Amino acid sequence: MLYSGMEYRTQLQLAIKSWYLKSLTFQLFQLDTWFEMQMAVKKVRHAKHNPLPNLGATNLTELKPGESGILDHLDLPEDDARRLMELGFLPGHAITPGHSAPGGDPRVFRVDGSEVALRRETARRLILRSALVK
Amino acid sequence: MSDCHGCSVATLPPPPAIPTRRHIVAIVGPPNSGKSTAFNRLTGLRQKVANFPGVTVEHRMGKVKVDGGREVFAVDLPGVYSLEPRTEDERVTHDVLLGQMKDLPKPDAVLLILDSTNLARHLVLAAPVLSLGLPTLVILNMADDLKNRGGGVDVAELAMQLGSPVALVSASRGEGFDKVFQFLSGATHTAPRAAPLMQLPVIQDIPKCRAWAANVGSKGKYQAPAPPHWTRRLDAVFLHPVIGPLVFGIVVIAVFQSIFFWAKPAMELLQEAVTALGGWVGSLIPNPTLHSLVVDGVFNGVGSVVVFLPQILILFLFIGILEDSGYLARAALIMDRTMSRFGLQGKSFIPLLSAYACAVPAIMATRTIENKRDRIATILIAPFMTCSARLPVYTLLIAAFIPDRRLLGVFLSAGTAMMLGLYAIGFLAAIFTARLLKSTVLKSSRSSFMLEMPPYRWPTFRSLGLRLLDRSKVFLRRAGTVILAVAIIIWVLAHLPVHNGQPPEIGQSIVGTIGHAVEPAIKPLGFNWKIGIGLITSLAAREVIVGTMGTIYGIEDPSAKSEGLQHALQQDLTLGGAVALMVFFAFAMQCMSTVAVVKRETGGWRWPIIQFAYMTGMAYVCAFLVNKAVTALF
Repeated sequence: MLYSGMEYRTQLQLAIKSWYLKSLTFQLFQLDTWFEMQMAVKKVRHAKHNPLPNLGATNLTELKPGESGILDHLDLPEDDARRLMELGFLPGHAITPGHSAPGGDPRVFRVDGSEVALRRETARRLILRSALVK
Repeated sequence: MSDCHGCSVATLPPPPAIPTRRHIVAIVGPPNSGKSTAFNRLTGLRQKVANFPGVTVEHRMGKVKVDGGREVFAVDLPGVYSLEPRTEDERVTHDVLLGQMKDLPKPDAVLLILDSTNLARHLVLAAPVLSLGLPTLVILNMADDLKNRGGGVDVAELAMQLGSPVALVSASRGEGFDKVFQFLSGATHTAPRAAPLMQLPVIQDIPKCRAWAANVGSKGKYQAPAPPHWTRRLDAVFLHPVIGPLVFGIVVIAVFQSIFFWAKPAMELLQEAVTALGGWVGSLIPNPTLHSLVVDGVFNGVGSVVVFLPQILILFLFIGILEDSGYLARAALIMDRTMSRFGLQGKSFIPLLSAYACAVPAIMATRTIENKRDRIATILIAPFMTCSARLPVYTLLIAAFIPDRRLLGVFLSAGTAMMLGLYAIGFLAAIFTARLLKSTVLKSSRSSFMLEMPPYRWPTFRSLGLRLLDRSKVFLRRAGTVILAVAIIIWVLAHLPVHNGQPPEIGQSIVGTIGHAVEPAIKPLGFNWKIGIGLITSLAAREVIVGTMGTIYGIEDPSAKSEGLQHALQQDLTLGGAVALMVFFAFAMQCMSTVAVVKRETGGWRWPIIQFAYMTGMAYVCAFLVNKAVTALF
């Protein structure tokens, strides 16, 4: 079957139209994902300032950057515990890990408006309030 | 003082009966609250560093001018988080505030300095300080930072809650200090000390104190500022796993490189000025003997040390910038793992870094280390760090013996590489010794490391300037006393005994005799008798050797001037001997001030004697080996 010139043109126009629409929806779709990505980035950024609580962690070393835990008690000798309490590590306060020295130890922890660096062996002794105990 | 007997003093009680005694105001605050900046702002140049008798904690005292030409003494106390006397810092603050410190009467008032950007936590210290019952002005510092980051506080309401006047200031900008001066002059603040609206908590209970602080803060409409974004951004770079250590390395190299290249023009200028002054003073003295004493003895001796002032100031400037900006805490964090490998901790890094300037303040700074054994280990290794007094010796010998060649393009010259090498062997000797000590006599369980990371701040010109001025004074005082005395003694001994009214050849003089007597002991190291004299005099302080060599060569050949010292050394020392001399100075404990401060800090002669014998022995052996090795290789 032979297409007349007219028909051929319509076919072509249709093809172009469908391609255009397709690409348009594609673009729209991309725009959508772009927005989604932006939102996700924003969420992550937001999380940096308002860290997500990690209820599974039992001590400070189990928290990842961007997560937070509530301090339950300090499993340390009296002297060290008092010193840490003076620095802000008081039961009931939220703690978020921050940057660390190369190799991940010691790490900076954000607590009560300040940042304090602790070695891993000390951080392990700061016990978090867990959801299960509650 | 008599003019204020009648005036209504509400915040400060009337002056004491003794008319000469001034009011004493204690400045108290947690670490990193800007206490020193505020102290500098109040006293300016009218301050000095002092020591309490019997304790090692340094403190600064200064005079504050208040209304009517009156003066108030301000005492800057060590930064503390509580008033419980557990560490030495805390005990000093506690004793001063309770009037239990010898030679210092109980303060008449307290300036409590808190960081307003972290007020809820810093207010914890207000509870024990206010419960002392002394007239107290609560100063909320860093007001500009608080405002910029969107925080705020109702000063009047907070004052009501605390029952004490409150001032919101910015010590770095000098804003808000009129209220502080008003408090100090006691003239305008008329409201009597009111009972605090908030009952003070039990001081020993930290959680209760914190809850009280939170309550006071919220009643005082305190709005915490946004987190310090710039600090977070900078930490993302400085504490980056790869970039962080790289930046750390660059900072260290840049400091040492600049000591040479920046100081050079200033040093040359100073050298010319000293030579010109010596020539001018010399032309006024007709008597040839006196002329020789002044020009050869004093100007060559003292002058050759004074020219190193720019280098020492640049080093102190860099350490001041690193400390005031907050980077030093990050450096301690980066170094903690390395330090723990040698049985030490990151906190030891701060005294060790300041030991690059001078071991004496560094040994005093070790008191922030809670663990006693860690502290003694840090004290014992601190003199191995290359202090600024070694710089004149190194610079002189490197300029005389190490060819000025480029090693890595324009980045590193042979001289800088040699210098870095000397700094490195000092550091290596320190960590080797630390390891030795911590695995034997000073064994202890791994100590804890807790270090607050202060937000990054711009160092103020005022604080840096005052620090440099202080250092210049110390250095020049030493040049004017110890080094001057040694120069004159050397000159006199070099001109005795007199034969037929003629001074002897220097080799036959008393100095020459002493030098020849010690020569056999130092010959294996590649040193001759003149260097021997320098080594003996440098027991007083390391840089004295430069002055002594200046005096000896000045007497030998009066026409020799600044570069003459280098030329003269080139004829007296081989390359092996020169490198051995530098290595000797890297290890030997040639500093009486350090011996004295170690004795005071460790509470006896045992540690300083062990330390002196160990370091000198190590210096001798290593210098011997280096002399043999270099002579064999080159």
